Order: sequence, then structure tokens, then C-alpha cells
Amino acid sequence: MISTRELTKDFVVSRTETVHAVRGISLDVEPGELVAVLGPNGAGKTTTLRMLTTLIAPTSGTAKVAGYDVSTDPGQVRRQIGYVGQGNGAGHSQRVRDELYGQGVIYGLDSRSAKRRSEELLESLELGELARRKVSELSGGQRRRLDVAMGLVHAPGLLFLDEPSTGLDPQNRANLWDHILRMREQYSMTIVLTTHYLDEADSMAERVVVVDHGEVIADDTADALKAKLAGDQLLLTVAPGNLARAAELTEQLLGARDVVAQGDQISVRVANGPEALPELIGAAQRTGVPVAAAQVIRPTLDDVFLNLTGRSLREADANGKAAA
Amino acid sequence: MSTLTVPTVAVEITRSVKRNLFRDTSIVMRRELKPVLHDPFSLIFGMIQPLVFLALFGPLLAGSLGGTLDGGVWQWFVPAILVMTTLFGTSATGSNLLFEFQTGAHERMLVTPLSRSSLLIGRALKEMVPLFGQAVIVVAVMIPFGFDLHLGGAVVGLALLAVFGIGLGSFSYALAIAVRKQDWMFWVVQQTFLFPLMILSGMLLPLETGPEWMRVASKFNPLSYLVDAERTLFAGDVSSTTVLWGWIAGLVTVAAGLTVGIRTMLRSAD
Repeated sequence: MISTRELTKDFVVSRTETVHAVRGISLDVEPGELVAVLGPNGAGKTTTLRMLTTLIAPTSGTAKVAGYDVSTDPGQVRRQIGYVGQGNGAGHSQRVRDELYGQGVIYGLDSRSAKRRSEELLESLELGELARRKVSELSGGQRRRLDVAMGLVHAPGLLFLDEPSTGLDPQNRANLWDHILRMREQYSMTIVLTTHYLDEADSMAERVVVVDHGEVIADDTADALKAKLAGDQLLLTVAPGNLARAAELTEQLLGARDVVAQGDQISVRVANGPEALPELIGAAQRTGVPVAAAQVIRPTLDDVFLNLTGRSLREADANGKAAA
Repeated sequence: MSTLTVPTVAVEITRSVKRNLFRDTSIVMRRELKPVLHDPFSLIFGMIQPLVFLALFGPLLAGSLGGTLDGGVWQWFVPAILVMTTLFGTSATGSNLLFEFQTGAHERMLVTPLSRSSLLIGRALKEMVPLFGQAVIVVAVMIPFGFDLHLGGAVVGLALLAVFGIGLGSFSYALAIAVRKQDWMFWVVQQTFLFPLMILSGMLLPLETGPEWMRVASKFNPLSYLVDAERTLFAGDVSSTTVLWGWIAGLVTVAAGLTVGIRTMLRSAD
């Protein structure tokens, strides 16, 4: 569905300053995949998406989207894809039904099909009662659903979503995702989205592409990334005076790393927490170290990011904003 | 829940109408017109604006220059009012685009298969639709006051205004795109250009009585040729060289406007 090779984008800010927003991204997306591009602000996620959707031209490298080259055949690419940008696609002074119908006509539907199609989408995205409203009168969540409806009017095989749920409250986010996933099933769509919500990438995407400083730094399922790049964290609380002995035992665990002993607690990272924990407790009992409490903390994608870059996604976000 | 299937839609799209500039332009224009039609109040206000100007400025003009103008003050002033309405309407049209830039609606349009030039032409033409309504109202109101209507010339005159308006609208869009990161700049630049162009075209007051430098400057103002051509056309003369110069000015404006506008638009997503 998508195939990019060494895609780059430079923005010339001034004569002396060029920003290398994307530095050689090679990415392949198969039909039917749901891929989340995750990274802090300024990582190059949106720039990459804008190149794939023909909004901006790559500085170098190639990208084929839905079978067509974005540089030489942007018109064909536009016909094949759906796009939901960061902003609101519907004009604020327009009425909901008009925009949806108009979008259908833009993509080449005749008047009757466009009408039928917009009614279907109004209904399935729960916008039916709002059809005659002006877009400016909608709430953020309603507007976002309309954006998604507009991206789906021509039943594209490939849908791009640029930070689809930014600014929505948790309930609206969950609701939007319900709709997106249902539509995906109905249309057997390929979906590529960008997000800086870790939990969103974690729970929704089947594949996570982590981007930082314009490069892909990891690309796998969320579970595999976590197992490979972060591992589970074990926390063991022992009775006072036993810390040094407990730390020794912990070091002997298979694949143990980042052992930290502090106060009466020991923290360690292992590949498989649920298996390692009973082993550790057993060893403690055998050597007479009283264990007061124990727990396994499963990693988040933030731990993955931290492991990859040495900084957490939130810090990187704050820095990205300060720099922007 | 409705039952949606991919194949039907895909089939509908493949057997759909051929894309062309005319269809794209009309889609964009109709989209732009919809909010206007849904809001008749703004439409009515827009329609009577030229009448207000005519009622307040016309008598002053008649009082000070009444005897010196060819064919009377209304014959001289009514075509100028229509040019002025075009000038104000189309040069301000970029501000709509500016707003859609900020909301994301323009970006959405850029990802659709619509041609880039249709996005400019359709929006500029939208400004011309109320203008045609205004022209009819102005003329209808002024006929009892002695305005002499020559239908053929008037129709050609409006066509010429439409051509000029597309050009100016495109410039306005180019401006909106250029200043999109400091949007207040739009009105500063627009006004800075608008008033000198307007005054140096002899639209409101004849330049014949002005100083030499103003008359020379007006020769470099495409709007002067347009105003002269409109006055000639509304007097019923469609074949004079003044009209020809008006068309040249209009066509040069539209060619330059579209070139600049499309170029700016292609770079607008950066």
C-alpha cells in the first residue's frame, strides 16, 4: 500500500538555517495494516504524512502510495486516499450535510450517489441529527467525527489520520475510535495515523513506528517493542537489612539489567516479568531473605522510547514545543 | 446501522464524470456560495451596499462636477460603482481562504483531486455572483433617476468585470497564502494597494482636473483602463479601442493573477 525509500524533507528557514525535518525514512505498509506513527512533537511524523498525502514535495527519496508515485503522479494518489488532517476539514460556515455531500461530488460521485453516501455516513457516524447545523456550532468531538466521515466519503482503500484524537476528552476519543475501527472493518481499509498519545498507539495500532529526529528508530508490534526494548520491571520490597543480599540474588536472574537498590526496595528489568518474579521470590526464600511485597510493572511505550533515546516522550514533547 | 460496501462506491467513482476545470471550478464556486445563500441577511446587506454609496457620494459628485461629465453624473458613476464593488469584493476574498487555512478546510481541499486553479477561480467567481445581483439592483434603481441602460454593453461590461475579478481574487489568495503566518498583514497590505489603485483609476473623481503626475501614474494602473472601458460599455459602445484596452487590462490581470496565485498555492502546504 505504501512504500517509501530514503524519504527526506528539508525546510529552508533562512539562508543559514535548514531544518532537516525528515532524514531518510524507508517504510513499507501492507494492505489492511493499522499503523501508528509515534513520536514527540517535531519528530517528523506530520511532515512524513504530508509528503505521503501529496501536500508537500519530498526533498529527496521516493514514495509510492496506493500504487502511484507521490512526486510524479500526485493526482492519482489523491484519488486513492482519504485524509483527515490535524485541523477541521469542514468549513466553519458550511452546513454539515452540504460539506459531506460536496466532498462526495469532489471525488467524482454523481449527485444521487453523493446524496445517498452522505446520508449513510451521517447515520453511521451518528451525525444525522446535526445534518442541518453549521460546522461552527458543533462540539470538538462532533467536528472530528465529521472530519472522519469526509475522509471516508469515497471509500478509500487507504486512510491517513493526522493526530485524530488530539484535543478530545477520553470519552470522545474512545467514541471516535469505535467509529474508526468499525469503518475499517467494513471497508477493509489500510490506516496510517500519527499520534503522540502513547496509550492510543498501544491499544489501537497493530504496528507502531517510532519516529524521532526525522528517522524511524523502531518498528514492530507494541508488545514486541516492549519485550525487546523495555522489558518488565520487577519491584521487590524486603525486610530492613536484607537489601544487599536481595540485590545479589536479583543480579543472578536471567537477563537482569538496571538493578537499582534503594531504601528497602529493589527494582530490576527482565524480559519476562511474570516468569521471573516467582523465581526471584523462591530464591529469596531459599536464602532466608524475607520478602515483604513484590510486583511486576508491565512497560509502556514511553519506556520503549526512553530506552531508545534516553529521554521520555513527555520530555521530548516539551523540548520540541520549546524549540518550535 | 447502514450497510456500506466498498465495491459499489468504487464502481460509482470509476464510471463517474470526467474531471475537468469547468466541473472543478463549479464545485468550488457552489461550495463557496452555499453559506451565502443560507444567510439571506448578509446577502441583502451586501446587495444594498453599493446603493448606499451611490446615494451618499453621487449627489456630492453631481453638485461639484455635474455639468462637466459626459452623459451626466449617473452614466459616469454607475459603471464605476460596479467596478468598485468588484474591487472590494474580490480583493477581500483571500480573507475567507485565510480562515479556511487556519481551520484545515483548505488543506482538506488540497488533498482532493480538485485542480489547483479551480480552487482559485471558483472562489473568485463566487464573489462575482452577488455582483451580478448588485448590478441589476443598482441599474434598476438608477433608471428612474435618468440612467440610460444599454443592455448589450452592460452584459459585456459584466463579463469583463468577471475576468478582472478572477485575476484580482487570485492575487488576493496569493496574498492570503503569503501572509498566512501573520494574518493581520492581510488587511494592511490589501488596503495599502486598494486605495491608491482606486483613486488613481479615476473611479470616484475624474483625474482630468488632477495634477500631471497623477495622470501619468494612472496610465500604469490597469484599473484605469478597466474603468474607462466599463464607462464606454455602459454607454452602449462595445467596439471602441477603449473597450479593447479594457479587455487587455483584464486579461493581463487574470493571467498574472492566476500564475502568481497557483504558484503560491502549490507551495502553500509547506
